[in-house]
Amino acid sequence: MKIVDTLLTPAMQHPGAELAQLRADFPILATKVAGKPLVYLDNAASSQMPQSVIDCLVRYQTTQHANIHRAVHHLSEIATQEYEAARHKLQHFIGAREVREVIFTSGTTESINLVMHGYGRKFINQGDEIILTTLEHHSNIVPWQMLAEEKGAHIRVVPINDAGELLLDEYQKLFNANTRFVALSHVSNALGTINPVKEMIAIAHEHGVPVLIDGAQAAPHMQVDVQTLDCDFYAFSAHKMCGPTGIGVLYGKAHLLESMHPFKGGGDMIASVSFEKTTYNELPYKFEAGTPPIMAAIGFGAAIDYLSEVGLNKIAAFEHELLVYATEAINSIPGVRIVGDNPKKVAVVSFTIDGIHPHDVGTLLNEEGVAVRTGHHCAQPIMQRFNIPATSRASFAFYNTKKEIDALAAGIRSVQKVFAL
Amino acid sequence: MSLKSIYQEVILDHNRKPRHYGSLEHPTHHALGHNPLCGDKIHVDLNIQSDKIEQIAFHGESCAICKASCSMMAATVKGKSRQEAETLVQEFRKMLVSGADAESLEHLGRLKVLAGVRELPTRVKCAILPWHTLHAAMNSVVSVSTEEKTDKETNNSAQLTIN
Repeated sequence: MKIVDTLLTPAMQHPGAELAQLRADFPILATKVAGKPLVYLDNAASSQMPQSVIDCLVRYQTTQHANIHRAVHHLSEIATQEYEAARHKLQHFIGAREVREVIFTSGTTESINLVMHGYGRKFINQGDEIILTTLEHHSNIVPWQMLAEEKGAHIRVVPINDAGELLLDEYQKLFNANTRFVALSHVSNALGTINPVKEMIAIAHEHGVPVLIDGAQAAPHMQVDVQTLDCDFYAFSAHKMCGPTGIGVLYGKAHLLESMHPFKGGGDMIASVSFEKTTYNELPYKFEAGTPPIMAAIGFGAAIDYLSEVGLNKIAAFEHELLVYATEAINSIPGVRIVGDNPKKVAVVSFTIDGIHPHDVGTLLNEEGVAVRTGHHCAQPIMQRFNIPATSRASFAFYNTKKEIDALAAGIRSVQKVFAL
Repeated sequence: MSLKSIYQEVILDHNRKPRHYGSLEHPTHHALGHNPLCGDKIHVDLNIQSDKIEQIAFHGESCAICKASCSMMAATVKGKSRQEAETLVQEFRKMLVSGADAESLEHLGRLKVLAGVRELPTRVKCAILPWHTLHAAMNSVVSVSTEEKTDKETNNSAQLTIN
């Protein structure tokens, strides 16, 4: 994986001008809120969809829909082709060795739960240890706690420093003969920190321990290559990368996926069924029981086409420019503090304003048309670490502009004015 | 009234100088209200004698809407009977959930200023949390959460939903 700040080659020093034209691809960005132009800065929660993806969804449902993998008729064949074509696009996008290593799920949460049930319940036993980090989203904590409770296993947690960075020395120390699994985020959803996952995976592998990467916040913002990372599992969601909700991917190394229990039982995941014995289907179908969200998967493929056309490296470079601009703008306002201000981040700025609760900040910014997320961002351990109940989080996408960051900064000053601070 | 004016009125009047802020030394009733979605926590202490709320105090960490609602609630229910306070709890909740009738608005008096919060569905729980905490305290339920659904009980680990 390349780090974003190394990507500013001379040819793309001003990717903003080029990317600004792309704004017109996103019809929702023309919306007005409270009579003001929408400033959508909640992309880490869910990104917006370009017209090409919307058109793809409409085209599929209008002319191509049928159930997949079963019937011999025309529409079923087309739908199956489109669905499998999307899987190939995803394989190429993350650099998976084989297409059968790409499992469609309902999203990152289900991908992680699949690994917990399929791998964890089979291979993790009493007294075993699972390493997580302080930066995890609840979706990469709770499944492992459920497993630990069921099996009598233990959770160990990698701590962070005041800048929101993982402490690698402490990580190394957590390994022992009982360590069986590592699950960590590529990028923190609450702070934006990019974790040194390649290095952390290598360390785990030295101990013979497999690693799951929660890539929900990374895949939309940087080129991910699962073979270069050498991760054992990689989970991400379409709706954070210009695609529809209800679809995501679990990448897993083929030999691990083959060794695992199926997650859900049902149609499509079987080779043959009798009341005496059921034989499971091959990868990836072993993990895709029931009719999948076909339209969403095909839409995910269209989103991948869109992002690939724009170019992940260009996206990373421009978003980094937005991050630098936003960090300066917010840091220059007295009484505002950025939580987790470190150099290796995606374009996420989590902040608190002295004397004002984040929910009040969010409500009043909405009056200015500015959409930010407020709360604990499903990452309560981070809030506990910084001893705060919540933050306001502005998270950017390549279709955001510096003018919108100015609107955010003006909005923050106006919130302070309402509170007469 | 615009949202900003509600904020300005509520903030200036109650957020910076909350009424009855603090805790009672020997409360007869106490409850902790919690909204896990935003981390708001409100402690309500009561001194109830002969069915009358003689003293009330609150403290905790919360957003301005919650704090102002709690401050105004404390000022309103002090000196009221338990039954009168329960009626106010119902009327306040109704005002924010489905809208209050004229008679209720009359009872609610200055609390009417919070009616505008109804326009902010995600913030209704912030305004209601103190009232449910009061209700819980009066019924000797020790802690309430906006998100957990369990039956009302009277032991120390009991939780009560306000949904």
